[in-house]
Amino acid sequence: MSSNTVSIAITGAGGAGVMTAGQSLLDAAAKAGWYGLMTRSSGPQIRGGEAAAFLRLSPRPVGCPDDRYDVLFAFDWMNVERFSAEIPLDEKSVIICDAAAGDAPEVMTKSGARLVSLPLKDTVKSIPGGRVNMIGLGILAALSGVPMKAVDAVVDDALARKGKEALAASKAGVQAGFEMAKAINVDEIALDASGGSEKGRWSISGNEAAGCGAIRGGVRFVAAYPITPATEILEWLAPNLEKVGGTLVQAEDELASVNMIIGGSFGGKPSLTATSGPGLALMTEAIGLSVASETPIVIVNVMRGGPSTGIPTKSEQSDLNIALNGLHGDAPHIVTAANSIADCLSTTQWTVHLSEKLQAAAIVLSDQSLGQSRAIIDKPVDSGLVAEREVVADGVKDYNRYAVTPSGVSPMAIPGTRGGEYVADGLEHSPLGRPSSAAGDHTIQLDKRERKLTQFDFGDRWADVDGDGDLVVITWGSSTAPAAEACERARAEGISTRMISLRLLTPAQASRLEGLLKGVKKILIVEQSHSKQFYRYLRAEYDLPHDAEVRVFKRPGPLPIRPGELLSEIRSWS
Amino acid sequence: MEASAARAIPAKDYKSDYKPVWCPGCGDFSVLSSITKAFAELGLPREETAVISGIGCSSRIPAYTSVYGFHGVHGRALALATGLKVARPELTVVATGGDGDGFSIGGNHFLHAARRNADITYVVMDNQVYGMTKGQASPTTSPDWEKSKLTPHGTGVSPFQPLAIALASGANYIARGFSGDPNGVARLIAEAIQHPGFSLVQVLSPCVTFRPEQRDWKEITREATVPYTDDTGRAARRLMTDDGFNTGVLFKGNRPIYQPSLEQSSTTEDLERAFQV
Repeated sequence: MSSNTVSIAITGAGGAGVMTAGQSLLDAAAKAGWYGLMTRSSGPQIRGGEAAAFLRLSPRPVGCPDDRYDVLFAFDWMNVERFSAEIPLDEKSVIICDAAAGDAPEVMTKSGARLVSLPLKDTVKSIPGGRVNMIGLGILAALSGVPMKAVDAVVDDALARKGKEALAASKAGVQAGFEMAKAINVDEIALDASGGSEKGRWSISGNEAAGCGAIRGGVRFVAAYPITPATEILEWLAPNLEKVGGTLVQAEDELASVNMIIGGSFGGKPSLTATSGPGLALMTEAIGLSVASETPIVIVNVMRGGPSTGIPTKSEQSDLNIALNGLHGDAPHIVTAANSIADCLSTTQWTVHLSEKLQAAAIVLSDQSLGQSRAIIDKPVDSGLVAEREVVADGVKDYNRYAVTPSGVSPMAIPGTRGGEYVADGLEHSPLGRPSSAAGDHTIQLDKRERKLTQFDFGDRWADVDGDGDLVVITWGSSTAPAAEACERARAEGISTRMISLRLLTPAQASRLEGLLKGVKKILIVEQSHSKQFYRYLRAEYDLPHDAEVRVFKRPGPLPIRPGELLSEIRSWS
Repeated sequence: MEASAARAIPAKDYKSDYKPVWCPGCGDFSVLSSITKAFAELGLPREETAVISGIGCSSRIPAYTSVYGFHGVHGRALALATGLKVARPELTVVATGGDGDGFSIGGNHFLHAARRNADITYVVMDNQVYGMTKGQASPTTSPDWEKSKLTPHGTGVSPFQPLAIALASGANYIARGFSGDPNGVARLIAEAIQHPGFSLVQVLSPCVTFRPEQRDWKEITREATVPYTDDTGRAARRLMTDDGFNTGVLFKGNRPIYQPSLEQSSTTEDLERAFQV
């Protein structure tokens, strides 16, 4: 448990307004100058069915859910057992429910949490047009310490279009909620609301952030096929690309979408697609084409539970193997990983830059917990990294598309360039681009495609490194936030730890990581996969210190890794 | 598209100096000439033209031309061509390939490319056999062809009907030619390029190696006596009685074209304002 943060779970049947209440609370907290994170969970139903919103609010940036929940607000008890594993409660927690909803199920009360039953449905009857979820919003805002004026401002924004009566009903509901909250002892939960400012803050999901990073990086052509949990990237990009002179094509399948972006990129437009595990599996043949023909493309892969259809709506870091090793032949490419919601923006932008610069296929790994969660963050600084493809000028003479160069990157001719006419080919080829099965050409081109990645200086972005100590936590992607928080808490307890979160997974920056690990005695590897994919990758690509003890904290999805679990692991080792 | 005198390029200059891998007598030599003749007739600037293909004997064509080209993976030529055309609408984009590439592994893209109706011309060299893998039945092979080791009793499966499927899916221009009539095929290709939307030119192009009986096609093919129509119902009725050897234009339609505008109206900063708290 960490101080200065409040965690709230809201559950209810479809139509109860769980997501609206959660979103409004997050927005109100943002207006009050706080940071926050909201993740969603829902049953398998397409519409309706039970839903849960998980919030964590704090005056400090929030990267992951906490170990426990201060408050569970249940509009009803429908199928709540489906979420029980996701909502750790204890004797300090408060369960708030509607008196009309019947008895709380044992799976929730056995935690020892205090149960507060309130006449929500009865109260709402006295508010014409009122809804229970607005009362809930009022109660939760009051418990968290969010001022009523911040909630009112959010309700104003959200309901302005729905007319005066709807607005008045909602505000009355919120006010009733604030009144009802007085009956609950809130002192130990509420945060101090003073001093915060919403200036320069963004409210953004990881998927929106990836879309925004793509556009910042210069992507102007996207083709894609809808897939959970990546679709929001596409739904954000479709209208926004259009405004900046780009376009998005909804393809007939992932085989088409990846080939379409190869076509768009061949035409000179920085091109991207977004997908999840099953779609990435379908794309792998054509990613090889991008590698062989040196046509840059970017694939944002938002991971979900696998294999096969797996658990489409829940997170897991288990596409690492296919992203790194899924291509046939010797096919050097780039794999990066976003390690926070904000980083979905910067890593996608960086990856577009790298892909274009190196004329390489690049995969950005994100996951459901980043993509479909919404956070209040500081506006991400623009790195200024954009697509800069090396091209030849109009009228070029004796052009060799795959000319052997020291860097391995050969200037590209974009259609429209006179004298640059060439055929991009998935067949092995000569420097001129003619198909060739000669051993010499194969080796030359394999070397060239490898060299352009291994010789490039990727700079400081390859990893985030924090703290110092001879216990080092190595992690990646969405496991970074709980690992970072665990390290921070450990340091507060006097245990010195260093955290390394790898952003560039391939080409592996072996000498850089090995440099950081020199003399280290304890290495804790943290990942959300069942078969230790990240651990195996580290063993394969890096020379970990021989006298270091290596432990792995791994768990498959869908349950998030919580900072407290990692802290226990660190404590038990020091 | 008028050929400008200053830019006029003879057909032979649209060919590269790279020697085809095809067998002597292959119909594809003639189709390659028809394609370059069509380019010359239209006076297409080489740098503004792209030939896109998948995998197979006929898919080797891009390397034999002197325009931009992409020799991609099996079955995906139309997807790649669509991406190029949508991203660069000012280019002339021609996809080429065979019956296996286009109608079997690429069948789904064929349906959707016709449906989408982007301004692409698709030249399919149909020889009713997989030549590159040494003689297996393709989607257009008749069900009783027993010469393949893979299907020794014939496929027993009804042949794919490219023209009917293109029509049903939404293609805007549908024609059939025979490689033994290179000038006729060149005219069809030139017209297909000029006609807006997705154009299919099926070219009967014999495989003399694995289907030597196709040498008889020059006796069987005939120019259709009925002129083209812009009426889908009329075109569909004609296909009901078509034996697959009538050549000429079947259908020229006026269906809506897929080409999103690429006009810019905002800056990245404008878009990002939506995220502000």
